[in-house]
Amino acid sequence: MATVVLESLRKSFGKTEVIHGVSIDVEDGEFIVIVGPSGCGKSTLLRMVAGLETVTSGSVAIGDRVVNDVEPMDRDISMVFQNYALYPHMSVFDNIAYGLKIAKLPRAEIAERVKNAAEILQLGPYLDRKPRELSGGQRQRVAMGRSIVRKPAVFLFDEPLSNLDAKLRVQMRLEIKSLQRRLGVTALYVTHDQVEAMTLADRMIVMNSGVTEQIGKPLDVYASPKTAFVAGFIGSPPTNFLESDPTQRVLPASCRLGIRPEHIRVVDPEQGVCVGTVVFSEPLGAETLVHLRLLDGQSLTLRQDGLLRVPGENELIGVAWNRSDEMIFSADGKRAFREEEDNKGSPDT
Amino acid sequence: MEKRVTFKGIWLPFVLVMPQIVITAVFFFYPAGQAIWQSLFIPDPFGLSMQYVGLGNFTFLLGDPFYRASFVTTAVFSTLVTLVSMGVALYLAVLADRLIKSSGTYRTLLIWPYAVAPAVAGVLWLFMFNTRVGVVAWYLGQLGYDWNHVLNDGEAMGLVVVASAWGRISYNFLFFLAGLQAIPRSLIESAAIEGARFWTRFRTIVFPLLSPMTFFLLVVNVVYAFFETFGVIHTITSGGPQQATTILVYKVFSDGFVGQDLGSSAAQSVILLFVVSILTIIQFKYIERRVHY
Repeated sequence: MATVVLESLRKSFGKTEVIHGVSIDVEDGEFIVIVGPSGCGKSTLLRMVAGLETVTSGSVAIGDRVVNDVEPMDRDISMVFQNYALYPHMSVFDNIAYGLKIAKLPRAEIAERVKNAAEILQLGPYLDRKPRELSGGQRQRVAMGRSIVRKPAVFLFDEPLSNLDAKLRVQMRLEIKSLQRRLGVTALYVTHDQVEAMTLADRMIVMNSGVTEQIGKPLDVYASPKTAFVAGFIGSPPTNFLESDPTQRVLPASCRLGIRPEHIRVVDPEQGVCVGTVVFSEPLGAETLVHLRLLDGQSLTLRQDGLLRVPGENELIGVAWNRSDEMIFSADGKRAFREEEDNKGSPDT
Repeated sequence: MEKRVTFKGIWLPFVLVMPQIVITAVFFFYPAGQAIWQSLFIPDPFGLSMQYVGLGNFTFLLGDPFYRASFVTTAVFSTLVTLVSMGVALYLAVLADRLIKSSGTYRTLLIWPYAVAPAVAGVLWLFMFNTRVGVVAWYLGQLGYDWNHVLNDGEAMGLVVVASAWGRISYNFLFFLAGLQAIPRSLIESAAIEGARFWTRFRTIVFPLLSPMTFFLLVVNVVYAFFETFGVIHTITSGGPQQATTILVYKVFSDGFVGQDLGSSAAQSVILLFVVSILTIIQFKYIERRVHY
């Protein structure tokens, strides 16, 4: 168990810089999820912590030790890869025991540790099988088992669930979370899936094109995104961005107004903050998504309870929202708080 | 899913496989049949008459100490050629696989020797090691080593092995490199994180995963060493000194076309065919079991 400290970490491939100075303080035992769109540098960041990529500048510290020039095997970490990276020619037992055998642990202890891990992960009956004889979920568990038997200081996960089907993903997500809680090992988890990020993280890091946009507890990040990118990336359907305020109020120059779909209510056309025609509605059962075109041509999506009436196509409806739910973003994407909001608009930490 | 094409008539599939059947029949079955037939006779040197001797040619060969010596020579020669060409190729492929910059150039340069025909390769090495004008022989002389493969058995064997293996390294290198690059990087990275250093990773992950390729190359290289090295041996040593480099296929040629003993030569071809078939069967039966596909 250990802390992980990244300090103004940069990475360049040739002349292209892909990570532009990332600083993160991870506490001991914390579950950190790094989330971002593909190509944002999140995997590269993780690989730098693992020692699979060199550090261009800045520093990576695991525990109290700067590990910039330490080989992966000497960093006391374990990693679960997206494709699991199981050794196809070895049985499940040998896969899990590989690291222990290399560490030259006594045979009895290896057997004991593998047995324990197999029990936790329900792999007992499969220890003699080859990886190709396992299902996707079982392979995933073997990769987890390989990680936990070595009792590393830090777990690294590189999109470990993205090769599983939706149902299994939910199940494994829970298992990973409870396993990490039980073992209390610091974890860094990379994903592009915001649901994984929201559900797993103690704190999440939203990354975009090589920089950290926001670091915080999932619900804090959701409730008060610091940048337009975070507001648009976290949340599904994403935040609506309006270039001009449809309520005829004047927005500060070249600012955009962001409003989350669930904060918008359907009202009578006369009572609304603004009106629009329904392009189409998506009733999903528990909730309904309504896509609107406002009179000035801007699009807006709102989300309402599934029990409410579903507006028909081309119907003219009014929409309303509380001003406290509005988010104003300046041209550079940063959150610009309105004066009257300054008191209550800051993240409630 | 396997995709099967079904033909309605009989003649189209027949025509499509015809070229291969014709080639195999003309260049394999006919000569092989001819060899088996001829091995039962002793023709006179001018080919005017043949005397039926049954299995006489075979009994004579098996009792012939020169022929038995040739078996040992072949075993030594083909083992060495296979080991050297595969070993060096694997070493170079591992190096090339680690190379990131200019690996293309490196690869192209390594592939060149494959374009050199065995007989030409033989002549090249012969010139380099020629006892009177050879560059290498001269340098060895400067170092105080008196190189003479014309008189020395071991040196002759060494030279034909090196010359035969040399052209083969390119071929093996290509396959090994392709095999290495087919191993997912994450496996190597995972092993590295789990504490395996380069040599351990090679021993426990890379080499086992390379085994299908190694097995294929083993079969192909043994066949190469048995047959295609004829040109090298013919140009460098002509089987000498004192038959020290007369491998089975060379003896087929020298007994048949130099010694004019066509019956014995045919019998030797039959034995050679038999030996290589047995070897290949053994390889598939016993070594393939250790291969991880």
